[in-house]
Amino acid sequence: MSITRKAGLSDPEGVATGRALRDLGYDEVGEVHFGRAITLEIDDGRLLDAAEGATPVADGRIREMCERLLANPVIEDYSIEALP
Amino acid sequence: MTGKVAVVVFPGSNCEHDVVHALRLLGGDAELVWHRVSDLSEFSGVVLPGGFAHGDYLRTGAIARFSPVMPEVERLAAAGAPVLGICNGFQVLCEAGLLPGAMVANRDLEFISRPVHVRVESTGGVLTANASVGDVLRIPLNSYEGNFVAPPAALDALESAGRVVLRYCDAEGNVDESSNPNGSTNAIAGIVGAAGNVAGLMPHPERASEAILGSADGRVLLESFLASLHSAAVVT
Repeated sequence: MSITRKAGLSDPEGVATGRALRDLGYDEVGEVHFGRAITLEIDDGRLLDAAEGATPVADGRIREMCERLLANPVIEDYSIEALP
Repeated sequence: MTGKVAVVVFPGSNCEHDVVHALRLLGGDAELVWHRVSDLSEFSGVVLPGGFAHGDYLRTGAIARFSPVMPEVERLAAAGAPVLGICNGFQVLCEAGLLPGAMVANRDLEFISRPVHVRVESTGGVLTANASVGDVLRIPLNSYEGNFVAPPAALDALESAGRVVLRYCDAEGNVDESSNPNGSTNAIAGIVGAAGNVAGLMPHPERASEAILGSADGRVLLESFLASLHSAAVVT
């Protein structure tokens, strides 16, 4: 899953990095948003059809993991991607 | 003195002894409690001290929020008992949803470790009841993620109800961008929950509790907290 700061909330790492990129001449860079990527290995068969996306059961549980622990819904958005 | 205060120790807490020392100095009865304890029935109040609980992994406070002691902290909070989070403890209370908002990296991406000034904005709640509005306190700040943010509706709720109890300021009590050390929204340094019994602040009042430490300005905050133990609801 990919977890990013909600738009409009303070992101000091993003601001500093954006400034550094523009200082290097990459004028096309606008806002920079920091986040984190978390990869879960789930080995109970529920993700076996990951090629077609996570199963509804696994997807629901992973969303729950994001809501409860992995992301802070007050300041962060998250997205989930199934890997083979 | 009635009521004993539990000072919770998470793996990575590092201000717990200072908090116990300061509370005892002020006449309080305080005791360290390991975070895996799941019964706080003998306590009338709780302090979550500063440090780096669980290494600050994932997010500050994110893992501590699920420590076995936290359902008891939530029970005490719901029962009206005073619950205070200092620095990392404030972050834990936000993660637990006992206080609104969250803390992100400081505006200038610097770890700040120096005394700052805060102005008492309100005397509602357990943190500033013994202070006066307008008091300027000099208290050490010691954090990298002390930059308070909250969604607009939560900010409005805090401001309109007088639940912002401390704001960063200069030595004269002026609040502006230059006196805001970490970029906190509205220069917020300390807040209380809707019922006033749950409080959080980023600066460390226990480190400003004796003249030998360079300031005793934090005492009034800890005294307010201890005084609230007397008037707290009976906790069963």
